[in-house]
Amino acid sequence: MTSNPTKKKNKKSFNIDAPLHVSGKTQYLDDMPELAGTLFAKACYAKVAHGYIKDIDTTAALALPGVVKIISHFDIPGENEIGGIIQDEPLLAEVEVHFIGMPILIVLAKDEITAHKAVDLIQVDIQEKEIITDPIVAFEKNELLSQPLHFQSGNTADAFEKCKYVYEGKAESGGQEHVYLEPQGAYAIPNGDGSLKIYSSTQGPTAVQRTVAKVLGVSMNQVEVDVNRIGGGFGGKEDQASAWASIVAVGSYLTKKPVKYILERGEDLQMTGKRHPYKNTYKIGLDAEYKIQAFEADFYQNGGAATDLSPAVLQRTLFHATNSYFVPNVNTHAYSCRTNLPPNTAFRGFGGPQGMFVMETAIHHAARALGVSPTVIQEKNLLFEGAEFCYGQIAKECEAQNTWKEAARKYDLARMQKEVDDYNLKNSYSKKGLAIMPICFGISFTNTQMNNARALVHVYQDGSVGISTGAVEMGQGVSSKMIQVAALCFGIDTEQVKLETTNTTRVANTSPTAASATADLNGKALQDACDQIQKRFYELARQTWSLSEDAAIQLTQNSIVAGDNKMSWNEIVSLAFQKRINLSAKGHYSTPIIHFDTKTSKGHPFAYHVYGTAITTCTVDCIRGNYEFDAVKIVHDFGSSMNRAVDLGQIEGGLAQGIGWMTMEELIYNEKGQLKSGNLANYKIPDIYSVPKEVEIHYLDTKGADLAILKSKAVGEPPLMYGIGAYFSIFNAILAFNPKAKLPYEAPMTVEKVLMGLYQ
Amino acid sequence: MIQFILNDQLIQTDAPPGTALLDFIRKDQQLKGAKLVCKEGECGACSVMVGKLEKGTVFYQSMTSCITPLVNAHGKHIVSIEGFNMEELTPVQQAMVDSYGTQCGFCTPGFVVSLSGYLLSNKTLTKEGIIAAIDGNICRCTGYKSIERAAGLVLEKVKKDLPVVDIEGLVKSKFIPAYFMDISSRLKDLEQATPQNGNAIRLGGGTDLYVQKPVEMYESDHVAVYDNSAMNQIEIADGFCSFGAAVTMGDLYRSELFNQALPDSDYIFKLLSSTQIRNMATIGGNLVNASPIGDFTILLLALDSEITLEKNGNGRSVSLKEFYKGYKKMDMQEGEVLTKIKFKIPGAKNHFHFEKVSQRKYFDIASVNLAGNLTIEEDKITTAHMAVGGVGPVPMYLQKTCSFLEGKKLAEDTIDSAIEVLNNEITPISDARGSADYKRLLARQLFIAQFLEVNPGLFNLKKLIGQ
Ligand SMILES: Cc1cc2nc3c(=O)[nH]c(=O)nc-3n(C[C@H](O)[C@H](O)[C@H](O)COP(=O)(O)OP(=O)(O)OC[C@H]3O[C@@H](n4cnc5c(N)ncnc54)[C@H](O)[C@@H]3O)c2cc1C
Ligand code: FES
Ligand code: FES
Repeated sequence: MTSNPTKKKNKKSFNIDAPLHVSGKTQYLDDMPELAGTLFAKACYAKVAHGYIKDIDTTAALALPGVVKIISHFDIPGENEIGGIIQDEPLLAEVEVHFIGMPILIVLAKDEITAHKAVDLIQVDIQEKEIITDPIVAFEKNELLSQPLHFQSGNTADAFEKCKYVYEGKAESGGQEHVYLEPQGAYAIPNGDGSLKIYSSTQGPTAVQRTVAKVLGVSMNQVEVDVNRIGGGFGGKEDQASAWASIVAVGSYLTKKPVKYILERGEDLQMTGKRHPYKNTYKIGLDAEYKIQAFEADFYQNGGAATDLSPAVLQRTLFHATNSYFVPNVNTHAYSCRTNLPPNTAFRGFGGPQGMFVMETAIHHAARALGVSPTVIQEKNLLFEGAEFCYGQIAKECEAQNTWKEAARKYDLARMQKEVDDYNLKNSYSKKGLAIMPICFGISFTNTQMNNARALVHVYQDGSVGISTGAVEMGQGVSSKMIQVAALCFGIDTEQVKLETTNTTRVANTSPTAASATADLNGKALQDACDQIQKRFYELARQTWSLSEDAAIQLTQNSIVAGDNKMSWNEIVSLAFQKRINLSAKGHYSTPIIHFDTKTSKGHPFAYHVYGTAITTCTVDCIRGNYEFDAVKIVHDFGSSMNRAVDLGQIEGGLAQGIGWMTMEELIYNEKGQLKSGNLANYKIPDIYSVPKEVEIHYLDTKGADLAILKSKAVGEPPLMYGIGAYFSIFNAILAFNPKAKLPYEAPMTVEKVLMGLYQ
Repeated sequence: MIQFILNDQLIQTDAPPGTALLDFIRKDQQLKGAKLVCKEGECGACSVMVGKLEKGTVFYQSMTSCITPLVNAHGKHIVSIEGFNMEELTPVQQAMVDSYGTQCGFCTPGFVVSLSGYLLSNKTLTKEGIIAAIDGNICRCTGYKSIERAAGLVLEKVKKDLPVVDIEGLVKSKFIPAYFMDISSRLKDLEQATPQNGNAIRLGGGTDLYVQKPVEMYESDHVAVYDNSAMNQIEIADGFCSFGAAVTMGDLYRSELFNQALPDSDYIFKLLSSTQIRNMATIGGNLVNASPIGDFTILLLALDSEITLEKNGNGRSVSLKEFYKGYKKMDMQEGEVLTKIKFKIPGAKNHFHFEKVSQRKYFDIASVNLAGNLTIEEDKITTAHMAVGGVGPVPMYLQKTCSFLEGKKLAEDTIDSAIEVLNNEITPISDARGSADYKRLLARQLFIAQFLEVNPGLFNLKKLIGQ
């Protein structure tokens, strides 16, 4: 009999990394001691968004003392190709450049300052070609990165006929820079035999390994990728860490020296992709009871100059286009448009938030036109148990209505709304707004094939345990969770367990740390490995104590126990070692049930859904146009949380990031494709005063999904979408001041848009 | 040679004085706790405490080491995260652990330094104060709530364990390591005169220079004025307030005298960058950087300030109104140093007010800022000095608008007409801080806000703002 860890009570909060973090002792990539002789790489990138390279002059740069080598695409030993899904992204530009920030050459120098100066001395003459920055323009010119996507259920044309109210409009959401505080980077060290070890700040060690092997023209076993941890990723290092790793790998391969490249913030902002901006149109139809009967939308995704993860992001937009609502007739189309911006990429939510924003806009639009509160329409249309999503999956353990009702009850929604209304009656030049944002987010990689993981467990002869998985710690607490899983399986203290770096030679062929599913997939693989060792210990105990086959045995409280028989953990380990029992195991997991047919766009793509409801209130200064968030009050479906404090941190952090996306974070590209907000002086993310004064989070304790690790539901991405409520709360406050405001539905709601809205 | 104490170590170095302090700490000293994130002063991950001997005791302030010139560390005590570490976690570190105030951890050393530094640099501790101490620290992971809770725990612990918040008490309750006790006497032994490195660039706090040209600054030929004691004084005499050009925004914030000159100005300082930057940003640097949206520049223009420029011992006075000639062009000759700033202290009949709106409410550069100093006598605007930033190539003194206002009745139609004058006087352009239309509207709004402060009931604002 194997024990079931979920039955054990001690799902305690803890953060294994915190003591090192607060002492500044945690080692990130740039903190590793550098080997003597290390060279520093730096990319010389395109300053024009689209054009032919006419001439390159590196004479002055090469003459600079300390410059060791300048590498062009001619020097790349393997393929000049780093595209993930589609092979359309060269590492170094060959004939043409496609976006500002596209690497053309790599400088290797003895120190960073020399590399910086050398890059400034390189002259690149580019003949400019037509520059496209707008996805609609790209669409009209048929510049698409991938096949259009289409989801359909029911028959919208018929349904609209029968609808009492039909509204059409446009909605736009802006991009978002990740601003992981640790910049992108990599450090390659040659092993002497032609193989390389690469330290990379990546969410996808296997992606880095695969890409580097291709670029070097070697097999994957020649490239070892190691990640201790990363200082934030948020999706920005899922696919886009590979370029920097490839650059140092090529440098190291050619010079036989260690090569390091940590991007300066300005480079990181210019060269890397961001959350996709979207332009969209929608049509919503409601019956006399305000039930949404039909919804149509076209999504134009600004994909940037290469495919990257855009098609997958696009697909998730369609999965979440109806958010938390049941809509019987749905017809959506989505286009990934090629523009001359850096290739846009994964960002927490992965296209979901962009989809939900359009649905919320459609509801807001309808509510304004009908003269009712959007909450009326929202509440009437929430998903229910057994409802069918437009992609064919049936909503199970559906908490959409429960989280809404619980939020309305617990936070006294009626009172909150009355307080807002009263305030607005009393104050002429300051107005409050309230908005509710329900969320429903599917957990799993939408690419079914990626839903698998492996783990390696060593029990050492002294009783200590070392574990390796494919998960990368980036602040989301997956290290703590993995240690908890192993400790629970073995019934030992978490102090006994050490989590090793994420390394491609220990755990191979991994999926990136993404899609909120990392703890689920890796945790379950880890459970599998621990269970194997556990079984061997039970068998040993049975023999030692001459127990029957069905005798109950347990690993608990640092011991193995069967009735009156008891041995300490260290004793059983030591005994097993003497008896030459294998103390190591490799675990594997692939999510069952899920499937999806891309031809029909139907199936069961998600292991489960996460639900929640957030109420946001804000105050707008109607003279100056700036605003503050008074409160965000949330009821969230955690399942049976295994680490409440860590999960709470994900909600608070995701919310702040979502609010940033919807309010102050504004990527400004000019018509030449140049990023005008290319430094942190001009690109603002929330500071301590921008977050809501009060954030309240209530756990809706649910049974939890079986496919979630220890029934503790994934929590990484969903809370970001609560931030959409921030947009609509401001919108509502503006309407309280100026009911005729002609504010377009364009996020982010910057102070500029607010003031223009107030006085239109 | 530059000498200072880094944590408990005496540093004597011939590294280029223009080296960024963070590079020195991370590369030369191999202390990796302070993080390099932006090199713009925008995130606080590289924060260190800087202790300076003042009247026998050490006064600590936080700064962002990524844009601090090494030369400005001379004679001081620099504390990086490593300088707070002891065997056990300090109460500040423990509070961050207990409240889950760290996720990816990259921002965390900066927060711990700022929070610990707050205890070092203040006698009376408040909830607002401790949050303000981390207003220059950015975290992308936590959403700050857990860090606020940590700050709350720190305050509780201090209240419980520390009757008096001073170095001795902090050492006794293990908030900081024991070596802090000897720092003041060790600093006394250090050579005080700042070594100079040429004459080409006048270097204040470096907050503009290191952002604009980080690579050049490394090997720059400069004269450091930040610690020039002749330029560090604040005085009040004969109804005027005057201060040296090396005085920082932080110095003024803390100054009793400045507070006498401009009472209730806390709200202004809160709108100016962050605690770390204010501690570095000199007023001279703000004026000579000549940014059209320099906050202190706008403020001093509205106070009709006069500045002193010196070269080879000879000084001349210039009215700040006359100083700006075009985009980044000033009435300043090669080699001149701005030494002093002087303004008449507003009297009882004056209404002085400052307004600023930026993309992010705090810790951001203005889209438009505006300051006004109006003398109002019996319903009449007898004198008006107003300045507005972000709407032209220079920080703009509103000559025409002010002349229009002077002598007019403080009434709605005056303001109406004044707005027309204002509209003709400003020339905003579209850029990353907003469209021209927006800036024009915003300038009008801030202009109105200025009069709202004087008398909220004076006009039919509904009409004025087009409702
Ligand atoms: C993150 C960040 C936030 C900021 N936020 C704000 C803000 O909110 N509001 C605002 O107004 N500014 C802001 N600034 C800009 C900057 O901090 C100020 O302009 C500051 O006052 C500059 O002073 P400094 O001593 O650092 O100047 P430095 O960088 O040392 O010098 C700036 C210029 O002035 C010259 N100079 C300095 N002192 C003298 C002197 N005595 N005589 C002659 N020339 C001199 C220098 O040669 C240089 O050209 C911010 C900067 C940063 C990095
Ligand atoms: S690194 Fe960001 S403020 Fe210094
Ligand atoms: S914990 Fe990651 S940036 Fe603060």
